[in-house]
Amino acid sequence: MTSSFRLPTGGRVDRSTELAFTFNGEALTGHRGDTLASALLANGVHQVATSVRLGRPRGIVAAGAEDPSALVQVEEPFPEPMLTATTVELHDGLVARGLPGQGRLADEPDPARYDAVHAHCDVLVVGAGPAGLTAALTAARAGARVVLVDEQREAGGSLLGAPERLDGAPALDWVAAAVDELTAHRDVRVLQRTTAFGHYDDGFVLALEKRTDHLGAQAPANRARQRVWRIRAGHVVVATGAHERPIVFAGNDRPGIMLAGAARTYLNRYAVLPGSEVVVFTSDDAAYAAAVEIADAGGHVAAVIEARAKAPAHWAEECARRGIEVRTGHVVTGTSGTDRVTRAHVAMLADGVVGPRTGIACDTLLVSGGWNPTVHLYSQARGRLRYDAALGAFVPGEEIDRASVAGSATGEFTLAGALRSGHDAARRALASAGLSTEGLPAEPELPVTDPEPPAQPTRVLWSVPDPDPDAGHGDQRFVDLQRDATVGDILRATGAGMRSVEHVKRYTTIGTAHDQGKTSGVIASGIVAEALGVDVGELGTTTFRPPYTPVAFAALAGRDRGVLHDPVRVTAVHDWHVMHGAEFENVGQWKRPWYYPQDGEDLETAVLRECAAARESVAMMDGSTLGKIDVQGPDAAELLDRLYTNLMSSLKVGSVRYGVMCGLDGMVIDDGTVIRVADDRFLVTTTTGNAAKILDWMEEWVQTEWPELRVHLASVTEQWATIPLVGPRSRDVLAAVAPDLDVSNDAFPFMTWRDTGVAGVPARVCRISFSGELAYEVNVPAWDALAVWEAIFAAGRQWGITPYGTETMHVLRAEKGYPIIGQETDGTVTPQDLGMAWVVSKKKDDFVGKRSFSRPENLRPDRKQLVGLLPVDGDVLLPEGGQVVEVDALSQPPVPMLGHVTSSYRSAALGRTFALALVRSGRERVGQTLYVPLEDELVPVTVTDSVLFDKEGSRRDG
Amino acid sequence: MQLIACPHCGPREETEFHYGGQAHVAYPAGNATLSDEEWGQFVFFRDNPKGPFAERWVHSAGCRRWFNAVRDTATHQILAVYRQGEPKPVVA
Amino acid sequence: MTAPRTPGADLPDHPDFLWRNPDPKPSYDVVIVGGGGHGLATAYYLAKNHGITNIAVLEKGWLAGGNMARNTTIIRSNYLWDESSGIYEHSLKLWEGLEEDLGYPILFSQRGVLNLAHSLQDVRDSVRRVHANRLNGVDAEWLDPQQVKEVCPIVNISPDVRYPVLGATYQPRAGIAKHDYVAWGFARRANELGVDLIQNCEVQGLDIEGGRVTGVRTSRGTIRAGRVALAAAGHTSVLAEMAGLRLPLQSHPLQALVSELLEPVHPTVVMSNAVHVYVSQAHKGELVMGAGIDGYNGYGQRGAFHIIERQMAAALELFPIFARAHLLRSWAGIVDTTPDASPIVGLTPVENLYLNCGWGTGGFKATPGVGWCFAHTVATGTPHPYNAPFTLERFTTGALVDEHGAAAVAH
Repeated sequence: MTSSFRLPTGGRVDRSTELAFTFNGEALTGHRGDTLASALLANGVHQVATSVRLGRPRGIVAAGAEDPSALVQVEEPFPEPMLTATTVELHDGLVARGLPGQGRLADEPDPARYDAVHAHCDVLVVGAGPAGLTAALTAARAGARVVLVDEQREAGGSLLGAPERLDGAPALDWVAAAVDELTAHRDVRVLQRTTAFGHYDDGFVLALEKRTDHLGAQAPANRARQRVWRIRAGHVVVATGAHERPIVFAGNDRPGIMLAGAARTYLNRYAVLPGSEVVVFTSDDAAYAAAVEIADAGGHVAAVIEARAKAPAHWAEECARRGIEVRTGHVVTGTSGTDRVTRAHVAMLADGVVGPRTGIACDTLLVSGGWNPTVHLYSQARGRLRYDAALGAFVPGEEIDRASVAGSATGEFTLAGALRSGHDAARRALASAGLSTEGLPAEPELPVTDPEPPAQPTRVLWSVPDPDPDAGHGDQRFVDLQRDATVGDILRATGAGMRSVEHVKRYTTIGTAHDQGKTSGVIASGIVAEALGVDVGELGTTTFRPPYTPVAFAALAGRDRGVLHDPVRVTAVHDWHVMHGAEFENVGQWKRPWYYPQDGEDLETAVLRECAAARESVAMMDGSTLGKIDVQGPDAAELLDRLYTNLMSSLKVGSVRYGVMCGLDGMVIDDGTVIRVADDRFLVTTTTGNAAKILDWMEEWVQTEWPELRVHLASVTEQWATIPLVGPRSRDVLAAVAPDLDVSNDAFPFMTWRDTGVAGVPARVCRISFSGELAYEVNVPAWDALAVWEAIFAAGRQWGITPYGTETMHVLRAEKGYPIIGQETDGTVTPQDLGMAWVVSKKKDDFVGKRSFSRPENLRPDRKQLVGLLPVDGDVLLPEGGQVVEVDALSQPPVPMLGHVTSSYRSAALGRTFALALVRSGRERVGQTLYVPLEDELVPVTVTDSVLFDKEGSRRDG
Repeated sequence: MQLIACPHCGPREETEFHYGGQAHVAYPAGNATLSDEEWGQFVFFRDNPKGPFAERWVHSAGCRRWFNAVRDTATHQILAVYRQGEPKPVVA
Repeated sequence: MTAPRTPGADLPDHPDFLWRNPDPKPSYDVVIVGGGGHGLATAYYLAKNHGITNIAVLEKGWLAGGNMARNTTIIRSNYLWDESSGIYEHSLKLWEGLEEDLGYPILFSQRGVLNLAHSLQDVRDSVRRVHANRLNGVDAEWLDPQQVKEVCPIVNISPDVRYPVLGATYQPRAGIAKHDYVAWGFARRANELGVDLIQNCEVQGLDIEGGRVTGVRTSRGTIRAGRVALAAAGHTSVLAEMAGLRLPLQSHPLQALVSELLEPVHPTVVMSNAVHVYVSQAHKGELVMGAGIDGYNGYGQRGAFHIIERQMAAALELFPIFARAHLLRSWAGIVDTTPDASPIVGLTPVENLYLNCGWGTGGFKATPGVGWCFAHTVATGTPHPYNAPFTLERFTTGALVDEHGAAAVAH
């Protein structure tokens, strides 16, 4: 098909480029500067899609983001579901098709990048039309930092679609000069192809910049396809223009039926004649310009159907001059046509009664029912709206903090008024942002507009009565084209008892589709109000919610994907673990070695080997992820006494104590060791996953409850690397690497620490054990960690030193009945439940959580308590999470449960499986047989004390 | 997304802060003598007004200091910020 | 071109009549404050199960316009504790017969729910919940990553993502329903049984004489009431204060969002606590997602956008093919949360004043179940066994039902 509807001259398209594209399988061409919609119209293609419920053909209604109808699926260069043809910039190689209502997601990963940028400015102007440009110029001239965002590929706004003149020259000359001036300002940023889609508190606006979509396959791979701008502005000027409002009539959905303003845009901006045989249906002055311009461009305008009793004199004259018939007091009551409109049915409308019909042949029917200010961004930021009965539109009410509205977004539709309003808004913005306006001339220097003809008030006409209500085809007066929702649907909703527009929206689905009701929402309110006999202003309209236009998920995700989704933390020894084949476990953000499989070992085999090494000889692990908090100050001991359940102030310098922290509710939140470094200094450790939380917790108490305590806290997790060295041979290994240290049991007893050199590096060695074995914990600065690790590994080689991971650590501690916070506990477990009443001080008057221990629920004798479970069959491994029941045969549910298995392992040391469990009245049940139901059996288990290995603690001292 | 004026650092993005609930709820000294109900009130009950609310914030990704704010929970607008230990300001 | 498809053609129509819009009468046996899902369901079951029909449901805005209109419609009963699974499973059983009971096409689709595990502790907690669910008569399975993929082929189970999927719990009977239709179904039936549904009627005060509630003061005048039942979700604290009650509630914004209509890709419901994703594909084809709760107290029905951004990043970790789906609309509800993430349903210190609140993110799925039990509580003055554990007193005794401490699964 040839570009038969492209005019020979004019427009903003670059005729020197020919872009090949495919639509619905047909090869077509267009130019740089076209949208998919303008290129289709240039090729005479009006039908784009079919509707979601009724399968009716649908065309192009508007020229911008408000289009309710022309939904397409982009297939190449990469599938993207549901875009409006009016917002897709044409590029070479574009392959798209019309949608039947649902888009299609790609079945392969999106190769594009997305990113986000923060910007700060004094004044953000949204929209580069006449009002927005004037606002930006005014603010820039006053020295403000300005960001101007505009959704189109070039500035100009409504001026792009109309042959306006300013200062006696084409208005686009003024636009070009304004853009030049703005871009010359150092502190002004102009962002085209950038749609402000969300307006939040305190001048925060989110905008989406499309950076490569218009380049198609030529898009550089290293450039982010789309970028989210997070703009924090001192003041926001919303100059987003207005959307033309259709009038609803039967068969108003046929391809070829278009908004009059959109037709002007296609004509003037894209040099496309929307059709050859045109009827215009209006209740507003603006549509006449479309009729006149189309006639001047060579189209035939069969008639202007004017719903008002009288045509505006100026335009009547212009029409007469071109031989265009104007039928006043008439309306379009219906249309004919299959894939495109072929005939408009026209009748007189008086007192709500439709007269006899005549038909007018046409291939294009242009409609205008007035204009709705684009108040979305204003409303999103909680700006209230006011119904203007003369305009039939909701307009901004009182101005809100840090935002002003300018131009036709206020309901001011003249060009001179828009310029003036842009200037005034900028002055308010400057004042609000605290900037001087002294540099500005007293009287604004605004370009001079041509005189505008006197305007005649709009007739607010939501819909035309259906002339054939009984024709049997159902109501075809479409209010929401995308949802196939009609006037009849609205009347059913109100008839069903609905009185709120929100209910009607939900009953009819009007306004919930891709266009979010940009052209249908106010009409729906108008029709509801008429049906209920109430005022539209009182009824209101549905809420405008972000985003203004749809935004791709990937754009919002930005770079926070894959490895950047959440920071990955690794220890100073990480690379060694990788080289030695460790499998890793995510613990919080950390990567921790889980186990070190050798020669194809599985988890179970590797762990049995690692455990055996720790129990029989020597093993080492990387414990650097433990949280470490340096607590300093004269009141450090006092703080710890208040936060730990046990007494810390009595700890001697040089010693170590295990401690538990509870929440206010008395439930265990963390545990760890505390070492006293000096009278006024402690180093406390936390579990890996809770490090940040516990530092926050301690800070909160110090700052908000006990500011009188002289104490300071600092995280030193990253500064210290920690290497537990475990097993009967650990003393030998330590002696080998720490020659200055007397490692004898008398000189370096359990629960003490010593500063010494390890492998030539200053180190702090603690004698603590999380396995029951003779064990040490070597702490060195993280920079030296790898060297020390390797030295210990080398020194231990003669005893077969074995690196082990978290799984082995878990087994070793479980054999001793030591709980893991977060595994044995779940926020409902007290120290007493864990069998650790000994860690709860009786001497202290108070500590966090103490009072909760005496609540009735805490005093119940049948609380769940930590015990050991030995499956009667020592080969059976219970599932962690398995429930414990009392009965050996299951009744109908619900079956009473006594508790659950918290940990379960195969033990090399015990030569069998074992488990820990929280069991109701557990300690009283030691010796009892209970059952753990599995898929199709009940596994008998014997309840035991939670300590299963070396109950006497004979191994601790080696 | 709001701009929150940390009384120590000045206005910063909401994402730098964490919320701490109602302000001016002191940890009860001598709580051993409180009834279970009184203790339960302290542990679990906080005001939840619709309107101005004195509440705690911490500038966790900034100076890490706790401070208080009066914020209207209906509009989310912050009416005043003040440092720990300062009295709750009177806001209109 | 292939023949035009009309993917939206099979959606059900609504009835021609739903409810009257009566003016309030001077007096009712029961006044229910809050015309959301819970209030409407309570009215329906009061009338149907207990023969009490002289009821007003007072709604300050439009019926079911609060959280009922704003939630992500996930229905499941696979909660950990006996108390929770009791009331949610009761609710799920009612859901299974609700379409017939209400005579309304509520689009209840039992497409199952996957709760993903991303860490070894997640796995332990998940398995624990599966075992507990089964013993409580709740259908539950533990799936390995490959089985997860079989249930939902678009989930990315690659080990290369930041927090790989290590498995999931699966409740086949879980699903989604169409929230508005559910509310309207209850409203229509309640209306048929004689209940007055009164909109634009804000409760501004409670009349209490001698420790007993006797009526409500509203924007449409004073209404005497034999019993008053509060079912106002996020606004409960404000109402309770009118009765001098202080509750352990905090109201937070909770955001949700939808995409455009898409061809079917997502056959089930997927939830992940660790990376904060809750997503299903509704009947018309849009992806419906819940985000994390906003951190601060708020009644504004709006949240911060960085929550949505994080949500999108998390969604794409699990569902890379969503990359070019579009965020069409986002919104927020106000959820009333309790310290143990379990509701409060029962009596109050004020005689004849009943409380149903604190559902946090779980309110929608509980709608029929709590309606049933709350109606029982109001009608008999005694809690139903299913809501008996959810007392206000538990915050004194410590008998919490801690659903976030243990294998927490919100929403």
